[in-house]
Amino acid sequence: MAYVFFGYFAGVIALTAVLVVALRNPVYSALSLLVMFFHVAGLYVTLHAEFLFAVQLMVYAGAILIFYLFAVMFLTEKTPDRYHIQSRGSLLIGGAIIVEIAVLAGQHGVSFGSTVERTASSSPSEAGNTEAIGQLLYTSYLFPFEVASLILLVAMIGSIVLSKKDLSESPPS
Amino acid sequence: MSVPIHYYLILSAFMFLTGLVGVLVRRNIIVILLCIELMLNATNINFVAFAEYLHDLGGQIFVFFTLTVAAAEVGVGLAIVVAIHRSKDTINVEEFNLLKW
Repeated sequence: MAYVFFGYFAGVIALTAVLVVALRNPVYSALSLLVMFFHVAGLYVTLHAEFLFAVQLMVYAGAILIFYLFAVMFLTEKTPDRYHIQSRGSLLIGGAIIVEIAVLAGQHGVSFGSTVERTASSSPSEAGNTEAIGQLLYTSYLFPFEVASLILLVAMIGSIVLSKKDLSESPPS
Repeated sequence: MSVPIHYYLILSAFMFLTGLVGVLVRRNIIVILLCIELMLNATNINFVAFAEYLHDLGGQIFVFFTLTVAAAEVGVGLAIVVAIHRSKDTINVEEFNLLKW
């Protein structure tokens, strides 16, 4: 069973990785990278890294890829008209996804009490992946964690400065 | 019954090579940045696989630092791309010759 899941995720990851390089349109490259991020997150679940699964979905598929899509839409010179055509099939798929989310939310509300009971009865030595990572991150790896925050601060200031001034104009002396 | 670790290593090596070829071959700078993300994801898979097989959570911690680097790269990289596009009106790396003389 583990082989089946690994085979599926690895196959899709390899295919979409090749598609990112091979597709001519940058929008399609970014979208196949999105599919790859989702399957890498699935691979993290098979490796018992549940917290990284959530982080991968939120940061990579949520934040970073939106940045890329924004840049692609912003910088690509000519956008073909077919981007503005919406087919009826997308309405069908969107409706199916909404129904699925509603069903899942309903099921989650019913079974919520039992899951809380089960997690509360587990011993603290079998703490969840999130708790173990938090323990390790704020004790052994505290200094690298602070350095990472410094990197993010530098990146933030750098991107603000870069986007404010024009490269062609001479720097103020 | 779990998947042996060299499967993950082969997958990760394939992803990394694909990203490397993309960086070398493609001429669109946004696709080059996407390929860098591909390579960072390949290293992340390596980290998580070794964290699972050596029973050491340090590998999962390091994914966070890779994530930090990726976020910084996308922020600064896209700011540079937008700045170059404003001054040179192209995103083709063949035409970036700001540092040549």
